[in-house]
Amino acid sequence: MSNINFLKPDRTNLNTFLYLGSFLFFISILDVFLNSFFRLNLTGFLPNFLSFLLPIVLGFVGLYFIRIEYSGIKNLDLLNKHINTNNFNAVLSLLIIFIIIKSLPPILSWFVIDASFAGDTKDVCTGSGACWTYIKVWMRRFMYGMYPNAEQWRINLSFVALVLLGSVGYFATDKFKKYLTLYYVVIYPLIAFLFIFFFISGGPIFFDFSYGIIAAILSVIIGFFIPSKFKFYYFLIVPLALYVILKYFLFFEEYIELGKLDGLNWVETGAWGGLSLTFIISFFCLIFCFPIGMAFALGRRSEFPLIRYISVGFIEFWRGVPLITVLFMSAVMFPMFLPEDFFIDKLVRAIIAISLFEAAYVAEVIRGGLQALPRGQYEAAKSLGMGYWKMHIFVILPQALKLVIPGIANTFLALVKDTPLIFVVGLLEIVGMLNLAKTNPKWLGFAMEGYVFAAIIFWIICYAMSKYSYNLEQKYKTDR
Amino acid sequence: MNFKLKDIVPQLITVFAVVLVFGFFTYNAQINMENRGIDFGYGFLSQESSFDVQFSLIEYDGSHSYFRAYLVGLLNTILVSVIGIIIATILGVIVGIARLSPNYLINKFAAFYVEFFRNIPLLLQIFFWYFAALRALPLPQDAEAMFGVFFLTIKGLYVPAFIWQNFNIFLYSVIAAIIAIIVIRAHAKKVQENQGKQIPVFLISIGLIFILPLLSFLIGGVRLSFEVPVLKQLATTSFIYEGGVSLPPELIALTLSLSLYTATFIAECVRAGIQGVGKGQKEAAASIGLTPNQVLKLVIMPQALRIIIPPTTNQYLNLTKNSSLAAAIAYPDLVLVFAGTALMQTGKAIEIVSITMFTYLTLSISISILMNWYNKKIAIQEK
Repeated sequence: MSNINFLKPDRTNLNTFLYLGSFLFFISILDVFLNSFFRLNLTGFLPNFLSFLLPIVLGFVGLYFIRIEYSGIKNLDLLNKHINTNNFNAVLSLLIIFIIIKSLPPILSWFVIDASFAGDTKDVCTGSGACWTYIKVWMRRFMYGMYPNAEQWRINLSFVALVLLGSVGYFATDKFKKYLTLYYVVIYPLIAFLFIFFFISGGPIFFDFSYGIIAAILSVIIGFFIPSKFKFYYFLIVPLALYVILKYFLFFEEYIELGKLDGLNWVETGAWGGLSLTFIISFFCLIFCFPIGMAFALGRRSEFPLIRYISVGFIEFWRGVPLITVLFMSAVMFPMFLPEDFFIDKLVRAIIAISLFEAAYVAEVIRGGLQALPRGQYEAAKSLGMGYWKMHIFVILPQALKLVIPGIANTFLALVKDTPLIFVVGLLEIVGMLNLAKTNPKWLGFAMEGYVFAAIIFWIICYAMSKYSYNLEQKYKTDR
Repeated sequence: MNFKLKDIVPQLITVFAVVLVFGFFTYNAQINMENRGIDFGYGFLSQESSFDVQFSLIEYDGSHSYFRAYLVGLLNTILVSVIGIIIATILGVIVGIARLSPNYLINKFAAFYVEFFRNIPLLLQIFFWYFAALRALPLPQDAEAMFGVFFLTIKGLYVPAFIWQNFNIFLYSVIAAIIAIIVIRAHAKKVQENQGKQIPVFLISIGLIFILPLLSFLIGGVRLSFEVPVLKQLATTSFIYEGGVSLPPELIALTLSLSLYTATFIAECVRAGIQGVGKGQKEAAASIGLTPNQVLKLVIMPQALRIIIPPTTNQYLNLTKNSSLAAAIAYPDLVLVFAGTALMQTGKAIEIVSITMFTYLTLSISISILMNWYNKKIAIQEK
């Protein structure tokens, strides 16, 4: 019995065990460390298999010896509590420490020490490490795709402008705060649309379309000042009239020529690509899928059976098929469904397809929020005499949307991660460009660097988004 | 009357709009097909396909029909989904539990894994494994054997093939073992509910699943031998392995990335489920004298499963749908074989895309029906 007591560490002979245990633990770590960083094998005199197992055995015994409950030493107690609660945990902790020590040198040497950064040809990449020169040389292609080098300032300018315009919300004074929703929902997307489809593409083909959008937005804005008595007639007549005026009286053909912003070359969407295309697609899909999803979420909870069935059918259909088949459909099947002379750009087709697809997911998320609201909210709103739309806009949706922020953020994250799939319709965003660069005969054999580079970029974007959504969730948390 | 009109008009308008859109599409499709001289129909399914598929679970070559090509693709999709779901579940449960570990290192390691793999697009991961990681593997002639029988090479993984005699008897013994386990479990549950006695079901189950098949070897005349892959030289620098089963690198890359990616989501579901069980439940169970294992098995898990299963089902569905990304690395799944090669050959865009979508819809809906049934079974039965 006394023997066992001797091996069982406790406070009475604290120091003996502490020094012995720490020493053994230290030796085991040192062995692995020297082994992996300096290729020294302290235990080389032992048979192979013993030398392999020795660090973990030593470390285990060491950790066993220093596992002294309530030792009175603060750091030791913390250590024991966190990584050394029992034998099983001790072994796992040791394994993880060893894995980290073992894997650090190869990773470091690949990323930094043996990697080549200088130069701009393949010849400099002779080391065993990564060839970041490859990334450096192809950077423009990875960022802008096949967009002409001389015109890339247009993309940069558009993105900078859009980021600045997007950050308006942070600087708005209280006086303007109430118009922010209107700004972000209506005006900002329009500006973004104009920027991207006119400034970046530099062509007039979307002009006719944009008259309609301008007319609709103008009429909505003016509509706020129309007495509700006349609103119905107003919306019946004015948008159409505005459209006609805009198209046939205000903007003549000469203005369309002007709209080309003299000197800007037309760059077809097939040449767009790289990370900027990832942003463009994510941005538009994000804008479009939200209202569509909201409409179908409301439709699914509608009291009219026909509307409900149609919504359920829509949602379940899109949720049941993979995105790649949806994009296949937009590429090969959709043109069959349109009149023969009617051509839709493939970027627009991809955006429509992804938006509809993600809208179904957004709809389900929002429906979850709507269902989570207590009935009392609906009844209270109704008892105040609110109609369907008033009730939803002022009472139900603000609360429901607050509830589903994490779900919406997850859907948007999925959207960003789904953008590489547009290779199906022949558009090459960053992953597509990587695959293209990889097959370039001058730069064969650098697949790893490319994918690691893209993975880092995507990881940063997605991680930042998920952290931001977490912050939003904390900010809008309301106790009920 | 006015009241009713208010109900009907919005519905009529919606239906009218839907019909209008569909009508517009079908009308255009008809005109387009007429102009291009394509006729609509599913008759091509029985025609000879005349293309080859490199990896197939059933016998197939160019002389078989398009329908058989469709089956090949479907089976490959199901294969990759099932393997992926199994690995992802095991990995996800381990990581999910590890994230709740009191051990700081394990906890952070699991968190790192989850945050790392779920924030990188799946397609990128597939490309990484296929084009970068698996391409770094040795050539067949340089490959070292793992455990003497597995060969992991740039051309895929070669594993020994099982050669059975009287395989059906072995199969019956396994089925008998499974039935016996189910019966014993039900009996044990009844005994526990009536008398409060615990029967060591787990040990008995393990015993049964080993002993019955073993008996089939001893008595039933089942024989098992292995066919180990052997290196064979085709030309001076070209080697392959013969014999055994070869798993193509596409399949390995796809299952690896699908399961690593989906496991992160399953891990989060598991974590949320276990955290969702109130602390009081654990304390109450411990205070009536249950051991930690019993607490986990009898109190925590049954409650946690109710929270875990619905989102995990969603993840299974996602994995199945994501397996269609196989087309990007030329693993012959449904999308590549049918919506890719077959479509290129026949040009029947509408038929083929609609069949493909319908197949995925059926797969999704059947998985969700199955899981809903299971979910209902384990739901709280309120009295």
